[in-house]
Amino acid sequence: MSEAPLFQVENLHAGIEGEEILKGVDLTINRGEIHALMGPNGSGKSTLAYIVAGHPNYEVFEGRVLYKGENVLELGADERAQLGMFLAFQYPTTIPGVSMANFLRLAVNSVKGEDDGEGGKKRIAPREFRKMLREKMQMLNIDESFATRYLNEGFSGGEKKRAEILQMAMLEPEFCIMDETDSGLDIDALRTVSEGVNKLYNDNMAMLLITHYQRLLNHIKPQFVHVMLEGQIVQSGGPELAEELEAKGYDWLKETASV
Amino acid sequence: MVSKPDIDLGDYKYGFSDPEDYHFKSRKGLDEEMVTQISDMKGEPEWMKEFRLKSLEYFQKRPTPTWGGDLSDLDYNDIYYYVRAAESTGKTWDDVPEYIKNTFEKLGIPEAEQKFLAGVGAQYESEVVYHSLREDLENQGVIFLDMDAALKEHPEIVKQYMGTIIPPNDNKFAALNSAVWSGGSFVYVPKGVKVEIPLQAYFRINAENMGQFERTLIIVEEDAYVHYVEGCTAPTYTTNSLHSAVVEIIVKEGGRCRYTTIQNWSKNTYNLVTKRAAAYKNATMEWVDGNLGSKLTMKYPAVWLMEPGARGEVLSVAFATDDMHQDAGAKMVHVAPNTSSQIISKSISKGTGRSTYRGLVKVHKGASNVKANVVCDALLLDESSRTDTYPYMEIEEEQVSIGHEATVSKVAEEQLFYLQSRGVSEADAMSMIVSGFIEPVAKELPLEYAVELNRLIQLEMEGSVG
Ligand SMILES: Nc1ncnc2c1ncn2[C@@H]1O[C@H](COP(=O)(O)OP(=O)(O)O)[C@@H](O)[C@H]1O
Ligand SMILES: [Mg+2]
Repeated sequence: MSEAPLFQVENLHAGIEGEEILKGVDLTINRGEIHALMGPNGSGKSTLAYIVAGHPNYEVFEGRVLYKGENVLELGADERAQLGMFLAFQYPTTIPGVSMANFLRLAVNSVKGEDDGEGGKKRIAPREFRKMLREKMQMLNIDESFATRYLNEGFSGGEKKRAEILQMAMLEPEFCIMDETDSGLDIDALRTVSEGVNKLYNDNMAMLLITHYQRLLNHIKPQFVHVMLEGQIVQSGGPELAEELEAKGYDWLKETASV
Repeated sequence: MVSKPDIDLGDYKYGFSDPEDYHFKSRKGLDEEMVTQISDMKGEPEWMKEFRLKSLEYFQKRPTPTWGGDLSDLDYNDIYYYVRAAESTGKTWDDVPEYIKNTFEKLGIPEAEQKFLAGVGAQYESEVVYHSLREDLENQGVIFLDMDAALKEHPEIVKQYMGTIIPPNDNKFAALNSAVWSGGSFVYVPKGVKVEIPLQAYFRINAENMGQFERTLIIVEEDAYVHYVEGCTAPTYTTNSLHSAVVEIIVKEGGRCRYTTIQNWSKNTYNLVTKRAAAYKNATMEWVDGNLGSKLTMKYPAVWLMEPGARGEVLSVAFATDDMHQDAGAKMVHVAPNTSSQIISKSISKGTGRSTYRGLVKVHKGASNVKANVVCDALLLDESSRTDTYPYMEIEEEQVSIGHEATVSKVAEEQLFYLQSRGVSEADAMSMIVSGFIEPVAKELPLEYAVELNRLIQLEMEGSVG
């Protein structure tokens, strides 16, 4: 039997406060694939991202989320991240008083530190950590002063998105969801961030890009495009689907979907 | 007489105790005979004995205050008021009885002394057992002695200042301290001398039902500077201990004093402390206060801004865990015009812990152009924890600028989720959020103390996630 797909969503019905938002989502992503998930505001894209990442407030009514063939729905958000899953948030949270560097050190140690056999984790050597941080910041064109700033506090929209990608770069996940990473970025920032993501990406990974614009997809090229409407994936195709959406909007799909 | 410490020390690392092999231990309880005996044993001048006896009267007349924490379980007759463990104060650690030296080694004091302190005082029960000051500072005229030694060697300075900032009848616990005080530090920094490296005093209670009443007096002359640090711990017992200190500070023209406390009492200790400073022309007084542990802490460091240009600051962090009440805050009294003050108070409550911010900003009539700012933030870690804020303002002058901000927050689920989504465990995420919350105060501490404060808070955080 061949290896299980890296990431799979099966018949997912889920929501919040008893209300169903996702109404039967199926999605399979293999290593080496980049998928785009498009759809109008409020269609349930972020909801899917949160449920995959393990947000405790969301409820799953039916279905499974598999990572490397294993159902992760019972795992905590931290355990999922330790397995190699990553979500770049649409709206990253501010943590006052916690410096970017201290946070990244703890995160890197939590994800990459090896078990010390006593229920704790071996830490990455401080020198190694600092070197890695410096390299990744250079790659993403992030100023060094970023390391001492408090996590997302007073960050501009663009800085927040870069900070998300920096976290991704430091944690080196295998499966990433990027939720509207392009929103709030000007053209130059979009280029830097996309170049960074392209450098980080390799064939052993997979990515799901959530966006409602074509412009990100000019920089990071997906092989597969899906469209979500009212909690369901109503259409899937190749890159040409994104272009079609850009030209026609979502309305033509709404008509087909409501049949 | 070997006391039995509580076997379950919980998370409190300093809950161990030494068997008692004491030079002198008073009977329990307090009366004229006891006060006279303390004074006689110390061989004090007559005026001090009278000061004590007068103070005892004040103490006996004043009712126990009921406006703050619950003191109903505090039995004044069930306390030892004076215990002398060693015969004399050592000038080297080898002069200190072995078991006491071991205790201070466990608390890391001799090591810290070598690494980053200019002088150290170590008090065990009622008396200071060790005292040192770097020679270069001594040569510059800096005096750093225990209070009993200061009374012997510099009686005129002690008599001139003691009780002038906090009169014996100021409050019940100031009266108590004035009656039975023993030990504490005396610091005198001559004009223009800047003591760049901190002086530290460490207060250790060992016996069960012990009362510790150290008295500290700091005088900073014109354009001088000193940073004084105090640390405190006690064993964990099932019965109550009482710590009731008085700290008086005078900062003269252009001088600056910073007083840092990292208190970490065991959960059976009542900590009822009066701390007050007077700052004169262009002088600066800063209190940095880390309140961990204790059963009940009532402490409101104060600065009286006596002359134009004086500046006062209080930065405090309180952490209340199960069964603890931290009733802490600050007082700023603007007597003169063109004075400024800042209070930043951060409290964390966990489990059944309770934190109270109680503060006063007072501006006297005629003290125009005063700037005062108060920020108090409370963080609640779970449903059962509690916080209250009492920010009193008495403003008798119109030309002033007073700012006040208070927030109460819970650790937001979104913050926890965000950190956890980066692989960080829930417990580590909680600790990180709490560390971030106190960062505005921690960053004001010398590195070693910031590390210590964070470490103590991490210890308190352990087991905080179900
Ligand atoms: N916390 C919440 N509570 C209640 N409803 C929510 C919550 N978050 C999202 N929703 C609802 O779920 C739907 C999908 O939202 P979302 O997943 O954010 O869409 P998208 O990311 O595609 O714009 C919307 O109708 C939104 O109002
Ligand atoms: Mg969204």
